[in-house]
Amino acid sequence: MQQTPIVEMTDITITFPGVRALDSVSFRMFPGEVHSLMGENGAGKSTLIKALTGVYSIDSGTMTLAGEPLVINGPAQAQAAGISTVYQEVNLLPNLSVAENIMLGREPRKGGLIDWRATRARAAELLERLNLDVDPRSQLSTHSLAVQQLVAIARATDVDAKVLILDEPTSSLDADEVAELFRVIGRLKESGVAILFVSHFLDQVYEISDRLTVLRNGALVGEYLTKEILRIELVHKMIGKELAVLDELEGRTRQAAADEEANVEVPYLEAKGLGRKGAVEPFDLSIREGEIVGLAGLLGSGRTEVARLITGVDRADSGETKVLGIRRRLRTPRIALRERIAYSSEDRKTQGIVDELTVRDNIVLALQADRGWFRRISKRRQDELAQSYIQALNIRPANPDALAGNLSGGNQQKVLLARWLAVAPHLLVLDEPTRGIDVGAKAEIQKLVSSLADEGMSVVFISAELEEVLRLSHRIAVMRDRRKVADLPNEDITVGQIMTLIASGADEGVNA
Amino acid sequence: MTTTLSTPTFLDRAKKFAPAPRYASLVATLVLLVVFFGIGASRYRNFASGQVVLNLFVDNAFLIVLAVGMTFVILTGGIDLSVGSVVALSTMIAASLAQAGWNPGLIILIVLAVGSGIGLLSGLVIHYFKIQPFIATLAAMFLARGLCYVISLDSIPITDPFFTALARRIVFAPKLSINPSVIIALVIVAVAFVVLHYTRTGRTVYAIGGGEYSGVLMGLPVSRTKVLVYVISGFCSGVAGILFSLYTLSGYGRTGIGLELDAIAAVVIGGTLLSGGSGFVIGSVLGVLLLGIIQTIISFEGTLSSWWTRIVIGALLLVFILLQKVLTLRRR
Amino acid sequence: MNAVRSITRSRLFWPVTALAALLIFNVIVTPGFFGITLKDGHLFGSLIDILRNGAPTMLVALGMTLVIATRGIDLSVGAIAAISGAVACTIIGDAPDPGNPGVVAVAIIVAVVLSLILGSWNGLLVAAFGIQPIVATLILMTAGRGIAMLITEGNILTITSPPYKFIGAGFLFGLPFAIIIVAVMVAIAALLTRKTALGLLIESVGINPAASRIAGVRSRGIVWVVYIFSGLCAGIAGLIISSNVTAADANSAGLWIELDAILAVVIGGTSLAGGRYSLTGTIVGAIVIQTLTTTVYTAGIPKEIALVFKAIVVIAVCLLQSPVVQDWMHRRRPTPSSTKAVAS
Repeated sequence: MQQTPIVEMTDITITFPGVRALDSVSFRMFPGEVHSLMGENGAGKSTLIKALTGVYSIDSGTMTLAGEPLVINGPAQAQAAGISTVYQEVNLLPNLSVAENIMLGREPRKGGLIDWRATRARAAELLERLNLDVDPRSQLSTHSLAVQQLVAIARATDVDAKVLILDEPTSSLDADEVAELFRVIGRLKESGVAILFVSHFLDQVYEISDRLTVLRNGALVGEYLTKEILRIELVHKMIGKELAVLDELEGRTRQAAADEEANVEVPYLEAKGLGRKGAVEPFDLSIREGEIVGLAGLLGSGRTEVARLITGVDRADSGETKVLGIRRRLRTPRIALRERIAYSSEDRKTQGIVDELTVRDNIVLALQADRGWFRRISKRRQDELAQSYIQALNIRPANPDALAGNLSGGNQQKVLLARWLAVAPHLLVLDEPTRGIDVGAKAEIQKLVSSLADEGMSVVFISAELEEVLRLSHRIAVMRDRRKVADLPNEDITVGQIMTLIASGADEGVNA
Repeated sequence: MTTTLSTPTFLDRAKKFAPAPRYASLVATLVLLVVFFGIGASRYRNFASGQVVLNLFVDNAFLIVLAVGMTFVILTGGIDLSVGSVVALSTMIAASLAQAGWNPGLIILIVLAVGSGIGLLSGLVIHYFKIQPFIATLAAMFLARGLCYVISLDSIPITDPFFTALARRIVFAPKLSINPSVIIALVIVAVAFVVLHYTRTGRTVYAIGGGEYSGVLMGLPVSRTKVLVYVISGFCSGVAGILFSLYTLSGYGRTGIGLELDAIAAVVIGGTLLSGGSGFVIGSVLGVLLLGIIQTIISFEGTLSSWWTRIVIGALLLVFILLQKVLTLRRR
Repeated sequence: MNAVRSITRSRLFWPVTALAALLIFNVIVTPGFFGITLKDGHLFGSLIDILRNGAPTMLVALGMTLVIATRGIDLSVGAIAAISGAVACTIIGDAPDPGNPGVVAVAIIVAVVLSLILGSWNGLLVAAFGIQPIVATLILMTAGRGIAMLITEGNILTITSPPYKFIGAGFLFGLPFAIIIVAVMVAIAALLTRKTALGLLIESVGINPAASRIAGVRSRGIVWVVYIFSGLCAGIAGLIISSNVTAADANSAGLWIELDAILAVVIGGTSLAGGRYSLTGTIVGAIVIQTLTTTVYTAGIPKEIALVFKAIVVIAVCLLQSPVVQDWMHRRRPTPSSTKAVAS
């Protein structure tokens, strides 16, 4: 079945200041085939797609479409060339009607003016193809995110596309809607469209795709035929360790805490049936004092959503939380902080660091917010705090007056960490605290977390690096496809076992 | 996708008659218009006459045109503070050129070109230099106003026969008359309506207000349209200036101070969201009429001082803004 | 080299340069421009005039700075100034003895309290109801003038009251009293924002509201306070304006002062998008604006082109401060979203 690829991207390199987003990556798509792009956070999937759709310009490498060199300067040109895209963030216009969103920019015209009847008719056709029962005249914002995603897909399928790119198209869809989507994809395949499918739902990837490409840290790991690679192998390739190495774990792994204490104590935080529509299915989680609970799972599995719910950043739709046995509604981060629960954001750039403030200001921010407006922390004390954390965490440059936005990612993370340590929380939720940090610093942070727990602080530790999670946690909860699927004490567990849970997930949803 | 098993409540049944949320503001303005007219008709003897209604249009034709232009800009999430000054500048250019004996047709073309040109500059600065619309159009306001004074510090009367003819009333029924300005204003409204609802450019205007980045990703000509709305606003200011000069038959650099705020108030009362993406030109026209009818009532009242207009308009703005807030909240 | 770099990069660079350029221009055209003489124990001169006439703008711009820092704007300051002047003059005018310092004191207190209430109203709409600042303050801007007119009943209230006149036209320690008021308010603002945590929290909220929320910053109260302060500044400015003419003209008092104030803030280096602010920069910006007006007068620039002159200077400074020009000048490496992302 050797055909010529319809899209060929060869040795694509894209660099941004300080980071090489794509390093000589090659990628190809064949007509009538579904090709899945796999990789963890920062792997380069988004960048590759935006290169293909003209949103980013490439620094080196070539692209061809149907054998002709492909040079595009923007999304409009990509569309004109026959590349149709459905973006992850459902980039539609909530203030316009469903029909309009589907046809915007391509509305049929009569005598120079838009023919609304024809527009609505065509939209209705496309909606019907997806079995979507939605009034084309209704405003997009009145529909759920799932419906909006399907409308975006309807828009993409209208164009006489040679290539259809679907970036996380199923993240808000239920099983029936996914089935419908896959039927449409099947039909498109038959008509010869090449489909790029990005999703973290492994089941779906295995169900629909013919071919897989794995990216890691901006580089190409490999291209495989779906039927020739096992799930567990795939997960290994995405996360980056060989099977053999995994079974020899270096370093001391933390053992589960003694059971006698566990049964008597009231947990510091207990979440029961806590959930949020569209974010994560209702889950139970309890965290004891001095306990480190590791949250493992792939990108998009719901770990951050869990973190945000238990720290008051997002509001829960269902369930309840208890702090030291007392029911507390953690509606805002401020309320959670009053309960001494702090959240170190995953997205440190937009939700963590205040980039135009100094390192010192960033470190004392939460502490100051807690004390209120008038009880200002004295300059001397601020300097003391800043200096001590700069030294303890080895923040570079060691200048408290440096603007936080100018620091490297790793150092920004340390500043953020310092901010939370300064408020001495009882429960600290760390979301990917070691991402982008050099090995030495990683070890420091891990040691720090460990000693904090020894002193009685509870920690929820989220990381994509399973060895870390294993090394530090007393207990490990596993997330998969927005659901908590396992909750086990860290007794003789190997990375391989966790990976298996992530890859195939106990469908019965094991909760310890 | 949802099925309600309980019997529909009164509220559910009433909701069926309620207009879709995005029309709610429009309906509210229309209702208020009728209410105020009713109040006026019941209180004053000569109020309930057709001429009073027509005078609303005659006296506010220029503001209608301004509000139309402002609607385009606000729909994209921007704002144009220069419109009042461009109106004044247009009257100055028209009056001074007419005094010098230039051809009226040419004068009108020049005025429109200048207005559009100022709008073009504003748009380019806003989009390519990434300066906030507030500041950029504020600077344009000073520039336009300054150019007025460069032409003349005093008022210049217009005696050109073409202009005076255009300013004359057209009587089409006993006791009913309008003037050509009204027709021009209504034509502009009609054209704007067609552009906004039946052309791709118009839909792109709404798209920019709904999410500029999404519009870019969808392949829409966002840059071009963003600059275009300011050109349109400038053009409308030019037209409004001509209409205003017909109304006063003079050009004066100190006119039109604060007109931009009247235009913005009319647009907001007409239901257009200042954040962009939602609103109708018809709403802005109704907003102008509402402002006009308040003026009329107050002048009929006689004893009420004219500053009550300001207070009532302020109160109206508050009501509409709260209404918009409630409506948008429910949508989420 | 590094010293030069850091100076040109400082936000104060352009406003101070603009001011210096204007002053040099003035000195060339009017050699006696910098002359300050001592007469009757008072300082006189063009420079003094600039400071005295610019006092209301400086004051309003001061309050506006903090509002803008929280990503807001206050269009109602002119109306608040008018109301303040109207209320004070009404109380003084109705009193049996307008020259009584006690009466004047009462009038001032009432005007100030009213300004605080009006500022609080704005804060309520923005912080509690979540209404867009430009719209929320537009309401008071529109209705406020009407209210001021209501208070003065449409007349220009003239009063004779030496203690009242002292506010705007008097001298203390040789300097115009109005300037001393401004200095005191600046000191209060600086103390309030730097000695307490308010300054840090205001900036944090303006720069990154999401991160501030997660850090537990209570933005609602902070936003409310800045609008109250803005109202206060506008009220005091209104007293200065009306005291200068010992009259209250509800129609023209403080007319368009909000625009001058916003310009002063922007010229002073604070971005309209909120975040880091500079009180010093705002004062310099206000002085630039006032100097422009004075330049026109003393340099004999014909009134006809005065406004165009002002417009061009303002446009130039704003363009120079725009992100595009700033990036180009400092050859700053732009972020991915600005270079790589290509808009059609």
